[in-house]
Amino acid sequence: MLAFILQRLIQAMVVMVTVAFIAFLLFQYVGDPVVFLLGQDATQEQIDQLRADLGLNHPFFVQFWHFLVNAVQGEFGLSLRQGAKVSRLIAERFPATLELALVAAGLALVIGIPMGVYAALRRGSFMSQLFMTLSLLGVSLPTFLIGILLILVFAVGLGWFPSFGRGTVVQIGWWTSSLLTLKGWHHIVLPAITLAIFQLTLIMRLVRAEMLEVLRTDYIKFARARGLSNRAIHFGHALKNTLVPVMTITGLQLGGLIAFAIITETVFQWPGMGLLFIQAVTFADIPVMAAYLCLIALIFVVINLVVDLLYFAVDPRLRLGKSGGH
Amino acid sequence: MLPPSVRHLPLALLAGLLLGQTQAATFKWSSASDIPTLDIHSQNNALGNGIHAAIYDSLTYYNSKTFKVEPRLASSWKDLSPTQVRFTLRSGVKFSDGSDLTAEDVVFSLQRAMAKTSNFQVYTQGFKSINKVDARTVDIVLSGPNPVLLNQLTELRIMSKAWAEKNKSVEPKDGRTKDETFAHRNAMGSGPYMVKEWQPDQKLVLVRNPHWWGAKDALTNVTDIVYTPIKNEATRAAALLSGEVDFVLDPSPQDLPRMRNSTNLKVIDGVENRTIFLGLDQYRDELPGSNIKGKNPLKDVRVRKALYQAIDIDAIHKVTMRGLSQNTGALVAPQVTGWTEGVHKRFPYSQDEARKLLTEAGYPQGFEVDFACPNNRYINDEEICQAITAMWAKVGIKAKLRTLPLVTYFPMIQRYEASIGMLGWGVPTFDALYSLQSLTRTVGTGGDGNYNIGRYSNPRMDYLVDRIKTETDLLVRNRMLTEGLQLQNDTVAHIPLHNQVIPWAMKKNIDVVHRADNRLDWALIKVN
Repeated sequence: MLAFILQRLIQAMVVMVTVAFIAFLLFQYVGDPVVFLLGQDATQEQIDQLRADLGLNHPFFVQFWHFLVNAVQGEFGLSLRQGAKVSRLIAERFPATLELALVAAGLALVIGIPMGVYAALRRGSFMSQLFMTLSLLGVSLPTFLIGILLILVFAVGLGWFPSFGRGTVVQIGWWTSSLLTLKGWHHIVLPAITLAIFQLTLIMRLVRAEMLEVLRTDYIKFARARGLSNRAIHFGHALKNTLVPVMTITGLQLGGLIAFAIITETVFQWPGMGLLFIQAVTFADIPVMAAYLCLIALIFVVINLVVDLLYFAVDPRLRLGKSGGH
Repeated sequence: MLPPSVRHLPLALLAGLLLGQTQAATFKWSSASDIPTLDIHSQNNALGNGIHAAIYDSLTYYNSKTFKVEPRLASSWKDLSPTQVRFTLRSGVKFSDGSDLTAEDVVFSLQRAMAKTSNFQVYTQGFKSINKVDARTVDIVLSGPNPVLLNQLTELRIMSKAWAEKNKSVEPKDGRTKDETFAHRNAMGSGPYMVKEWQPDQKLVLVRNPHWWGAKDALTNVTDIVYTPIKNEATRAAALLSGEVDFVLDPSPQDLPRMRNSTNLKVIDGVENRTIFLGLDQYRDELPGSNIKGKNPLKDVRVRKALYQAIDIDAIHKVTMRGLSQNTGALVAPQVTGWTEGVHKRFPYSQDEARKLLTEAGYPQGFEVDFACPNNRYINDEEICQAITAMWAKVGIKAKLRTLPLVTYFPMIQRYEASIGMLGWGVPTFDALYSLQSLTRTVGTGGDGNYNIGRYSNPRMDYLVDRIKTETDLLVRNRMLTEGLQLQNDTVAHIPLHNQVIPWAMKKNIDVVHRADNRLDWALIKVN
């Protein structure tokens, strides 16, 4: 067990350092932040001075080493654009992104699972065909298009929902939440739907396929032979067994939701980390970009690690294999 | 059946009577990005400077309609000598915390703008010292005669010395300052509004300053200003169409027809004080990427003129810019001192003339040349360059166009790597010296030629620029400004294209004055 965890942790470290290195390498080509800091009227002396002060004229590996040492301590320096600590900026933006991702994941589960179950049980019916066709649309339409369409219909056309922003937020310690006010929920509806649609269709198709698979197995046949009600068979036996892979996928996809919120956040001016990242790109704000990429990598790595450990706990075959007891 | 407008007339009248004309109102507006800081001497950013002007006052400011310098915090001034100017402060001016604005604050703030960490040194050039004479009088001592002093002062805002000291914000912060200072997120000035709340990239809420000295003469009925940056242009347009914001500073060109046709929106177009032009390398002896070896064809004025005359500027105006540009032959916009009808005139578009000039210069077959453009800095920048590339191809010039995002484009042109490159130049001082010095003076120190991307060099131009810097006889000075602009035209130092036209989109019930520096005049906004 310990060896397994250690092995996983070392793998995770390698992944993190690699991501940090690639991120840092990419940023060498993004552009020169000094010109933006000083504006178009700066003299050459001012530019050279600032470059020296920011440590931008050290060799590449020296800069990378400084970056790594600080990053391990959670310190990514100062945002070049906003002049505030990057760790503070990210901490300010993280709640917005996480709340959006969680609401979207919740939506995807609450709507996706029943739709999948329905499509599996009533295979071939008109509604199931409709769900399948719609899910194809959901998978193939790009997020920004869905977002803009929702804004056009529900914000501009019908005026039901606001088109941008997070509404009223409540401060709880360092965490800001928009889920405690009615206005906040009003604001989250459109972005959450936009972000959820891809996951929703994915979950629906997954549930349907798994469900069909499970319904063909022997124990369902025996359950039927025992005369159990359809309801008990479908929801008590079949759905329960379907949900194991669904939970795994949902867990893994949560990282994806947080990472891919970039586009949704840009469309709805949602003040999360993705928006921060996009604005950082426009201004070549290297510390913010680097911190964001590392954080996203960390989220993925942690989620993967947790899923691996859960497997270890859930699946006895893994334990047997590792302990060499055959 | 009456038309809807007439049917609703009694109702509208009634509403008008009930609400009255001076009904307090909230003004909600948006543009693409947020201000970088509230610190007035930290970052010289156009949007930031415009918003700072709502919270802080400067000694002088431009009149929104005439663009002449007019008194603001300074009620009058006089030259004691060519290098010493005495300013008398307006009486009865208070900061929003109720304390009096005195000469101490002015001396402190101007010195703060001159500090090493300030980004506003460009506006304090030539300042030697700032001296308090008495509580309402301040002397600015200059290192030499400075004819643009009053223009420079329009961008130097005044903060309270006591407030800055109390909150440890005596020095402006810059990229080197560890973490943020109090003045970065907070503000306290003497302007019409004060900051109620600022959440960066989310919203900035301003409320009326109860102690504002200009309140009794103000036209505006706005009490609250809510600014929300919206990065995505489609979302920004949607926010205006759905009525969530009242005003958008930078609507995207493709949304404009829809907004113009909308029954409850209007669009105001104004010529921005920014000229778009092409810089031409006249320094290197051979251009990389060109098929002409051993010499630089752009050094020949006939070639530069041929490139100029091959551009069909009317087509760019009509097709590429959809009418949102003002063609120009001058390097500055009409509001700028030194501009005349004469320098505004372009060389006519003529492919034949261009071919003839190229043949005379020894390039009857044309040549290949590198051509670089930004793709996210100016309105339709990439499209303009594509159009010009096609026009040049007709006279045999094979321009190899490459377009880059601004973060990589500007460092590149500052390393002089582009043979031909596009640039736009705004003139915050409304004085042509600003352009001539940066764009046409031989590259030197102290701002001389700092954006002369083609490294154009002409002794007469250098002489003119250096004379203009210190000439205090306005008539002589203006004549030299115009001569400099004309010399740029005659020698085709750059190829001017057009002045940008900036459309502002807003609800029908909003009245604003379109300023050539693309910022709002806070005292003139009316919500009807």
